Amino acid sequence: MVIQSIVFYVFSCALLICGVMVISARNPVHSVLWLIAAFFQAAGLFVLMGAEFLAMILVIVYVGAVAVLFLFVVMMLDINFVELRRGVVRYLPIGGLIGLVLVSELVAMVSGWVPAAGALAQLGAPVPPVDQISNTRALGQLIYTQYFYLFQTAGMILLVAMIGAIVLTLRSREGVRRQNVPAQLARRREDVVAVRKVPTRGGV
Amino acid sequence: MASFWSGYVLPLVIIVAEIVLIVGPVMLGVAYLTYAERKVMGAIQMRQGPNLVGPFGLLQPIADGIKLLGKEMIFPAGANPAIFIGAPVMTFLLALVAWAVIPFDAGIVLADINVGVLYLYAISSLGVYGIVMAGWASNSKYAFLGGLRSAAQMVSYEVSIGFVMITVLLCVGSLNLSKIVLAQQTVWFCIPLFPMFIIFFVSALAETNRAPFDLPEGESEIVAGFFVEYSAMAYALFMLAEYGNMILMSAITTILFLGGWLPPFNVVPFIWVPGIIWFAIKIAFILFVFLWVRATVPRYRYDQLMRLGWKVFLPFSLVWVVLTAGVLVGFGWLPKNIG
Repeated sequence: MVIQSIVFYVFSCALLICGVMVISARNPVHSVLWLIAAFFQAAGLFVLMGAEFLAMILVIVYVGAVAVLFLFVVMMLDINFVELRRGVVRYLPIGGLIGLVLVSELVAMVSGWVPAAGALAQLGAPVPPVDQISNTRALGQLIYTQYFYLFQTAGMILLVAMIGAIVLTLRSREGVRRQNVPAQLARRREDVVAVRKVPTRGGV
Repeated sequence: MASFWSGYVLPLVIIVAEIVLIVGPVMLGVAYLTYAERKVMGAIQMRQGPNLVGPFGLLQPIADGIKLLGKEMIFPAGANPAIFIGAPVMTFLLALVAWAVIPFDAGIVLADINVGVLYLYAISSLGVYGIVMAGWASNSKYAFLGGLRSAAQMVSYEVSIGFVMITVLLCVGSLNLSKIVLAQQTVWFCIPLFPMFIIFFVSALAETNRAPFDLPEGESEIVAGFFVEYSAMAYALFMLAEYGNMILMSAITTILFLGGWLPPFNVVPFIWVPGIIWFAIKIAFILFVFLWVRATVPRYRYDQLMRLGWKVFLPFSLVWVVLTAGVLVGFGWLPKNIG
């Protein structure tokens, strides 16, 4: 139990440090790398709680796919850091004000938050204890059996959003030569190669 | 105090010993895979391959290793030191940590976790970072191009690898690698799921950046790509990781499709051979096909690579996932004891 607590505090401290580094690193690529490190610490915390499926999905989806795209974009950006820093002091008052308003709103809301009567009992109920059922199976039963329609709806919304993004950025360019594989395969030797006997000084 | 020793220190010592037992043979395998590659390619191209250091050139990998250790490590101007050093270390580390869940024989596995397949998938999806970080930190346009190519390539082929794994999981009903092997006692999955086996193998070639998908390296266009600026031991770590990943991918292919440690027929001469030997033979066979492909097939063009990944493999594997699920449900062949 002692070891578990030590590991928990190691992961939590590392997670917080990584989180602070994400917003304080000067170089955006370093920021993304710290973000990835933060995801790892979070995955470690999930494993500690016995939620190994969530830990793996966190690494696969966020580290393996989302952060790769972040890194891809950030690396290709050509940012002038000196130019970027120059505006900081000018925008600090208005930015700080907006931040202050948001924080005070959050504090006001969370301090007055009373959950609905049966909500807390409902929260703990759906998943049986970890030692009775593997959490892959428990999640599968919840998502694909119990809340199947909600899951499908969420999927459809994401699909529509994806198609929308593609439609918005789709443009057809003139003069693009694409490879046409069936046409290439359909070519026969007789159509494209002709063997001629060329007489001297005669030409074809 | 006694419980501290028996509860924490003793298991730690045992685990470290097991890790050494796994990493040692893997590193030896990596060293002799480079030798095998040069010999096999030599035979295919009617050359001799390495034959001077030791009998049949058998000490060549050791000589190569000593040479790389003695070289000078050069930092390019403007490189980012921490990431420049971190990238090869991370690549090498990822090639080794995946072995933690590989079952070598019934019960011979370091960590028999419930989500073994997901763990392998997560580790292989991290491989791209080492390459992208190396390409970016080198502060060189060739390295950067190699890194970007690799990021796009590995992300694309991971999708079809994921779908192939899902079809296997549908037939097994468990994410545990030992259970996947045991589910193949009647028939290896490479027979009913043959198209998926081929897709997985080709995607594994792309995932390990091997020919014909070695565009990140592409020595004829971007002069070794992402590790063009690396020298000495950092370069050696990249090469070790690449070969380690080849062995790892062969092991995963063996577990998912070729029945892991199971003998091909459950009759007398075959069951005398220990399972770990069968596992090694199957891995060696897949590795030979890796080398064979490299010596035979020319490199893909970049647009062809993307076309194959997104327009051929992705729809095909998606249809197979649906088809497999439909057949399993329709005939009532769904696995009973789901874990």
